[in-house]
Amino acid sequence: MSNVPSDLKYISSHEWIRVEDDGSVTIGITDHAQELLGDIVYVELPDIDSEVAVEDEMAVVESVKAASDIYAPISGTITEINELLEDAPETINSSPYDDGWMFKMQPSEPSELDNLIDAETYQNEIED
Amino acid sequence: MGSIAGKKTDLYQNHVEANAKIVDFGGWDMPLNYGSQIEEHHAVRTDAGMFDVSHMTTVEVTGEDAKSYLQTLLANDVDKLQTSGKALYSGMLNEKGGVIDDLIVYFINNEHYRVVVNASTREKDLAWMSEQAKNFKVTVEENSDFAMIAVQGPNAIAKTNQVLSSVQQEAVKEMGVFFAVDSEGYFIARTGYTGEDGYEIMVPSNQASDFWNKLMKAGVKPCGLAARDTLRLEAGMNLYGNEMDESVSPLEANMAWTIDWKNESRNFIGKSALLSQKESGVKNKLVGLVLEGKGVIRSHMKVIVDGECIGETTSGTMSPTLKQSIGVARVPKTIGESVMLEIRGKLVPAKVVKPSFVRNGKALI
Repeated sequence: MSNVPSDLKYISSHEWIRVEDDGSVTIGITDHAQELLGDIVYVELPDIDSEVAVEDEMAVVESVKAASDIYAPISGTITEINELLEDAPETINSSPYDDGWMFKMQPSEPSELDNLIDAETYQNEIED
Repeated sequence: MGSIAGKKTDLYQNHVEANAKIVDFGGWDMPLNYGSQIEEHHAVRTDAGMFDVSHMTTVEVTGEDAKSYLQTLLANDVDKLQTSGKALYSGMLNEKGGVIDDLIVYFINNEHYRVVVNASTREKDLAWMSEQAKNFKVTVEENSDFAMIAVQGPNAIAKTNQVLSSVQQEAVKEMGVFFAVDSEGYFIARTGYTGEDGYEIMVPSNQASDFWNKLMKAGVKPCGLAARDTLRLEAGMNLYGNEMDESVSPLEANMAWTIDWKNESRNFIGKSALLSQKESGVKNKLVGLVLEGKGVIRSHMKVIVDGECIGETTSGTMSPTLKQSIGVARVPKTIGESVMLEIRGKLVPAKVVKPSFVRNGKALI
C-alpha cells in the first residue's frame, strides 16, 4: 500500500505539495506515482526563476518504459530545483517525499492552494 | 476496478507470490517486474536471471513434407539444419516480402520440426501456417504441453545445471550455441533474447512451478518483461512490432542475413518481392543511436538531418548497462555519423552506431 503522508496536499495527477512556513511550496510526486512509473531514469526540471501557470506541463519524469509530465499544481515562480535528481533520478523511487523532492515555488495566486486535495481524498482516489 | 482476466501461464502463481507487477501482454497476464526492472536487468548481465516465456507459441510441424514446407514458408533455409536439435532463426514473410513474424525453428528429424513464434502474433501465425500447409503433406499443430523458462546470464548455465537431473546434465554437457536437446521430457535449448549465454527450457506444464522454485533456490533471479525489453534492445535484437512488421521488408530491418539465397531453385514466400526490392535498390536500414544530450529515446521519434525528417526511431530506452539513452532507428543507408532526434519538442544530438550495444556483459560502443 502506498504511503500518503497526512501533512501534505495533493493533486489528482499524483503530485504532492508541502506549504512551507515562509509561504513557499515544495513539490514532488507521490509514492503511488513512483510505484506506477517503476524505476525512474531521467528527470527534467524547470528553470529557476521561470514562471508557470497552474496545470502547465513543467517537468518530466521518465522511467525505463515511459515519460510522464509533471503539472504545476499552482501558479508561481520556480525558486529552487533539486539538482541531485539530475545524477540520481532513482532518488524519487527511494524517497519520494524527502530527498526526492523536485522543485520549490513561490505562489503567485495563494488562493489556488484551496483547490488542492488532502491526504484522505487523494488516498480514496488512488484506491478506486 | 474492472479488468478482463487474461490467460495465465503455469507459472502465474509463482509470479504473484514473488510480488510481480502483472500486466496484459498479448492477452496473457505476465510479470512486468518483481520490484526493480533495473536490478533484474543487471542480474542477467552479471549473474543469472529467468523469464517466464510460456506465452510464446510452440508449433509442431510433422509429416513427410515437413522440410519442403518450411523451405517454402521461411526465408531462411532449414536445409542448414542437419543435426538433431540444431536451431535456426528466420523470418516468415508474406508475398509482398513483409515480415509476418520472426521465429526459431528446431530440427528434430526430417519429418519433425519444432517452431517457436511470438505470443502477440499467435493467431495470424497459426492461420498463415495452416493455410500454407494445404499444398504439403504436413500437420501443423500447436503444442501447449509445456511452460517455457529462459535462464540467461554469465552464470545461467552453471546455475541451471545444478537443478537439472544427472541425465539432463550429461545431455547438455557438450551442447553448442543454438542447439537443443530433448531429455527426460525437457527440451533444453541454448538460445536467448538478452545477448548473454543461457538456456530456453521447455518444461512439462505440471513440473514448471517446481522447476522455477528450484532455479530461484539456485540463485536465479526472476525477471519480468520490462527487463527483457531493455536487455534485448542493448543486445540489438529486433522486437516484432517495433523493428519490423508486415509492412517492413527484412532487407530494411537488419534481417538480410536471415534470408538464404544459395539454393536458387528454392521458392520461398516473399522471394520475388525481395528480389525486385534488391533490383530497385534497398533505401533504408536500421541503425543504433546513442543520445548525446539530455533525455530518453523512445519509439516513433523523428530523426532529423539538416532540418529534414529522414526517419523514425523504432525502439529506445535508458540503457541500464551503459547509463546512456540508446535507441534504434530506420534511416536511409547513406546516413552519416550523427543525427538530431526530436524529443518532446526539442532537438537533441545522437551518435549513429551499429545497432548492437552490449554483448556478454560488455559495452560495444
